[in-house]
Amino acid sequence: MFDPTAPDSVGLVKPALMHFDEPLELECRRVLPSYDLMYETYGTLNAAHSNAVLICHALSGHHHAAGYHSPEDKRPGWWDNCIGPGKPIDTNRFFVVALNNLGGCHGSTGPGTVNPETGQPWGPDFPMVTVKDWVTSQARLADRLGIRRWAAVIGGSLGGMQALQWAIDYPDRIGHAAVIASAPKLSAQNIAFNEVARQSILTDPNFHGGRYYLHDTYPRQGLILARMVGHITYLSDDAMRAKFGRDLQSGRFHFGFDVEFQVESYLRHQGETFSRNFDANTYLLMTKALDYFDPARNFDNSLETALSHATCQFLVISFTSDWRFSPERSEEIVNALVAVDRDVSYAEVDTDKGHDAFLLDIPEYTRLFGAYMRRVADELENA
Amino acid sequence: MMLRQDLAIIRDWIPQGAQVLDLGCGDGTLLAHLRDNLGVRGYGLEIDQDNIAACIEKGVNVIEQDIDEGLGNIADQRFDYVLMTQALQAVQRPDQVLSEMLRVGREAIVTFPNFGYWRVRGYLFFKGRMPVSRRLPYEWYDTPNIHLCTVRDFDTHCQKNGFRVLERRVLNHDHRSALFSQLWPNFFGELAMYRVTR
Repeated sequence: MFDPTAPDSVGLVKPALMHFDEPLELECRRVLPSYDLMYETYGTLNAAHSNAVLICHALSGHHHAAGYHSPEDKRPGWWDNCIGPGKPIDTNRFFVVALNNLGGCHGSTGPGTVNPETGQPWGPDFPMVTVKDWVTSQARLADRLGIRRWAAVIGGSLGGMQALQWAIDYPDRIGHAAVIASAPKLSAQNIAFNEVARQSILTDPNFHGGRYYLHDTYPRQGLILARMVGHITYLSDDAMRAKFGRDLQSGRFHFGFDVEFQVESYLRHQGETFSRNFDANTYLLMTKALDYFDPARNFDNSLETALSHATCQFLVISFTSDWRFSPERSEEIVNALVAVDRDVSYAEVDTDKGHDAFLLDIPEYTRLFGAYMRRVADELENA
Repeated sequence: MMLRQDLAIIRDWIPQGAQVLDLGCGDGTLLAHLRDNLGVRGYGLEIDQDNIAACIEKGVNVIEQDIDEGLGNIADQRFDYVLMTQALQAVQRPDQVLSEMLRVGREAIVTFPNFGYWRVRGYLFFKGRMPVSRRLPYEWYDTPNIHLCTVRDFDTHCQKNGFRVLERRVLNHDHRSALFSQLWPNFFGELAMYRVTR
């Protein structure tokens, strides 16, 4: 099913590390004196440097968005179904940049990397980074790569928030923003789920105040729980019913607390896999970045005023069964854009796949997204 | 690009640079034409996926929204013109849609198939069956056209609700606006076109 030599795959790719010595002033008023960003690129930057597209990742994403690191890889990058030759983000036409955000745990500077001042991992001392900070750091990466203006900035969920922030903060550096399964800010319910996830990590005895690296351990159980609760919110009731129903592992009740229902087994498996590959401090930071995101806050709490600073064109997509970031949340963005006379197209894709849908190959979604991106590429080539 | 006669009339009704909302904008042909020829800024509302994709391909702003659920998300007098071409008869409450159109827009442009057209009358009169024609190609049981009306019905509705009719045109079978149909629009007009305001 997955094949690095397939004609629509970007094939084998290599991540790269960009070092920055210019201090980065953060929204929390602390300063990162220097930092690294891990990134990957696919496709070729054209002579005018006008065909670059930025992919912003969501909560647990990273720079490896497409292709394979080695022929033995079991799975490609996290958005491989959307990025590649002939795919919606067509690497025959676009130069695609994907990075691991600051605070991440996949190579960019974060809680797990060494603080040069102490020689120890940053751990809980790593400063709180926000969506706005990420966008600032992404702009610096763009400078280094010779990209003055992105043809498009694209993201789903937390990634969509970065695309929105780009549109507001750097209007002259972005042609299009694709905001998928996202929201202009979290609801109280969203924050509540994040808080449950954080508490499960913070109260794990192996958390050691975030300095678990020094104890050669990590809050495994906390991460598992955090991911389990998160995962429930990424699926829809219908999708869970269809996938698991009330199916039992062994076909009968055991009257105990071991795994009995299929859904329990699935959630535990997801949690365990995640806990082996993700850093707990990063999870805490990313969920806080989600909670803090509210671009209207700097504009008298008016999303319309915030978005009136944007000049790019927008594509907004939501999914009918997504209750984490429901269609109504996307419509808040669309309504604000229409109110301030900005170009926007909006589609609500019919699917039972819940919030996860933005990562999946859903024909209607792929088609609309592909049509929009073709239009973006045509514009560039006719310019 | 050659526009259909009815769309060409709408183009002539809309001034340069107007702000336009098109309810049930179809594949975006009209909005793209208004943008390219008149510098109109506009949005289309649509629910059909094929049409939404077609609009996106044309670079026309299209928003997935069901007109039957209202326009409550749009501010009063946000647009200069709100258009609805041949969809009035297919909405749940044409009266509510019309007043919403005139709330969010200064003027409304509406077109609909005239049920008072002589061929329609003849069909019902002679065959005793619900009329089926080129413009009304459905059977009574599967038609999306649930609120058909005549030119006279629409005139009465406007009068009752204090809508001023700024322009009225009817087109005949060949999409022409012939003399007869201007004299007796409710009999000779197959497609009715209105520009109204409050």
